[in-house]
Amino acid sequence: MTADAGESPYALSHPDALESEAVHILREVAGEFDNPVILFSGGKDSIVMLHLALKAFTPAPVPFALLHVDTGHNFPEVLAFRDRVVAEHGLRLHIASVQDYIDRGELKERPDGTRNPLQTRPLTDTIQQQRFDAVFGGGRRDEEKARAKERVFSLRDEFSQWDPRRQRPELWNLYNGRHLPREHVRVFPLSNWTELDVWQYIAREHIELPAIYFAHDREVFQRHHMWLTAGSWGGPRAGERTEKRRVRYRTVGDMSCTGAVDSDADTIDKVITEIAASRLTERGATRADDKLSEAAMEDRKREGYF
Amino acid sequence: MNHLSDTAADTLRFATAGSVDDGKSTLVGRLLHDSKSVLADQLEAVAHASASRGQATPDLALLTDGLRAEREQGITIDVAYRYFATPRRRFILADTPGHVQYTRNMVTGASTAELTIILVDARHGVVEQTRRHTAIAALLRVPQIVLAVNKMDLVGYEESVFAKIAEEYTAYVKELGGPEVTVIPISALAGDNVVDTSAHMDWYGGPTVLEHLESVPVSHHLAPCAARLPVQYVIRPQSPEHPDYRGYAGRIAEGTFRTGQQVRVLPSGRTTTITAIERLGTTVESAGALQSVTVLLSDDLDVARGDLIVPAGDAPPTTREVTATVCHVADQPLTTGQRVLLKHGTRTVKALVTDIASRLTLEDLSPYPHPGRLAANDIGQVHLRTAEPLPLDTYAHSRRTGSFILIDPADGTTLTAGMAGESFARPDPATDPAKDEEWDF
Repeated sequence: MTADAGESPYALSHPDALESEAVHILREVAGEFDNPVILFSGGKDSIVMLHLALKAFTPAPVPFALLHVDTGHNFPEVLAFRDRVVAEHGLRLHIASVQDYIDRGELKERPDGTRNPLQTRPLTDTIQQQRFDAVFGGGRRDEEKARAKERVFSLRDEFSQWDPRRQRPELWNLYNGRHLPREHVRVFPLSNWTELDVWQYIAREHIELPAIYFAHDREVFQRHHMWLTAGSWGGPRAGERTEKRRVRYRTVGDMSCTGAVDSDADTIDKVITEIAASRLTERGATRADDKLSEAAMEDRKREGYF
Repeated sequence: MNHLSDTAADTLRFATAGSVDDGKSTLVGRLLHDSKSVLADQLEAVAHASASRGQATPDLALLTDGLRAEREQGITIDVAYRYFATPRRRFILADTPGHVQYTRNMVTGASTAELTIILVDARHGVVEQTRRHTAIAALLRVPQIVLAVNKMDLVGYEESVFAKIAEEYTAYVKELGGPEVTVIPISALAGDNVVDTSAHMDWYGGPTVLEHLESVPVSHHLAPCAARLPVQYVIRPQSPEHPDYRGYAGRIAEGTFRTGQQVRVLPSGRTTTITAIERLGTTVESAGALQSVTVLLSDDLDVARGDLIVPAGDAPPTTREVTATVCHVADQPLTTGQRVLLKHGTRTVKALVTDIASRLTLEDLSPYPHPGRLAANDIGQVHLRTAEPLPLDTYAHSRRTGSFILIDPADGTTLTAGMAGESFARPDPATDPAKDEEWDF
């Protein structure tokens, strides 16, 4: 192979192009910010983001801490996975706890039982308290129509608010991370990935995931046309009946609003086949909170949700 | 989707542009819908939202207008990125707004695009926004333009209407010395020539919009450019296993590097040799454009973020005097004498606007000399002096190492998109007709 061949020997494969772009974004933040943090939910997107960060700085350690917003209704398997990953890579973990806010009376449980909207306050408080100036999220633009409007570098004011009308133009790959004290920047290295891209990359890189992503038998009950996991978080209520079904999760979030899908896909290959054939988006299939209103995601993002 | 071949060359990044109410969102919705890229729950949400507004048929614009204010006003405010694929190609679409107030977002979409679709309303033909968007696409060196003449259903699918617009537009693009143009008559609302061939326009023998998108050659490179590696970050583990490791991490902007190659580090100008190239943990002999790598050098030079590694014998000129064509994207103006920050690659330096040589008049592409300031959405030529020398290629050679942004040092606002080198906005336009065919800006 000659070095002057120019294009073809170096034409990047699709996953390599996405990987290279994400690494570029991670390194830009490491170069430009004083105190970045990775939002880590234990979901597949944040796991892929952490994997990319490990590769981007090798053989040095990841120069970022992790931040987990714990709703108090997390899947126990996911919490165990989180703690294992943190220990294995010697990472620092910050936890913002919704339950603590409820116990202190600073947040109130909602009548519908979902705790997803309650995450915003602990998240934004922690960002301010810890003086994080860049906050990585695993959000992808293919997820939802408000997310499709999101920049790679997204400036947030001192109240962590997103103002879609005042987003900075994002020109070429020249990301502008300038911000005033108490403002911060949300950064989305996986912006250009789709759900299928994420799964194909997980397969290629042999990335470990929490077991709930793969088909298993689970006690579930139906609410708002979703299969929710029975548990002490608040279900089933009177009139709701549990049954054992073979299911898996396409997203990981609060147990009160993350639905399981019927599935026999118990390996990565079967999951990829299932997603490629699915006629539902991952959020449409499994997220109750996005259905609250036509602009539910936008409204939460404006308030500081990621 | 998973039958697609696996190279990035099979991905087309394209942007849409055009004036308000010319149907961009409907075109994008139609493109997604008719290419079966919309999933059932998204379609159901659109049908539900349309019905609740009293519309008889699903409004495909609602697929892309994701913001509350956009749906309320029926206009697109900000760029939305869409991802879809056909058996022939993957697409990343930047759906950008048409309103003049949001032109900066069109610049955002076009800066990384390989193709721009510009819409016009067949009833109104080429208007000022069409010219503005076309000038921006040419300026940003988007290699391909599609002019989609929309709402053909409202002009009786008349060939003469289409031909007149196509002729006027092609002449305008020629003046810009610009990109390749394909003109397609469509009705986004009715679905004519978007994905499926129209039954109403027998006189048109060209491709539909999707056929064209699937087959147009993707060109990533404007012209051969020597290798360029902007240093993003210095990796120093300082661990027991790697006590002396110093790696210079970055994404190769242009060309290729190989182990053993003599390189120069700019702006210091010192030369050294690449002893190893690592691609995210794997040692490789050589690496090329767009790969994120870490290089190790033989000498212990002082290399930092912002430096540029280039072949020892093929370095760009290093200068503190920058001439550039710019598109001003902020609400506050850019004025002669203004102090700004200039971000080029991974380097941010202080700069002074020494002169605004001209502002482009879009109507006839004539330069208005020394306007003193550029307002939002103006295109012009500026001169800058930088506090430190910059290794700058011309934009004509590289969209990646010839581009920069200006930033307001006070609040961090992105002010201006800059393209190094002269262009059609220069004060004394070239009169040499032989140059018309070239990209001489």
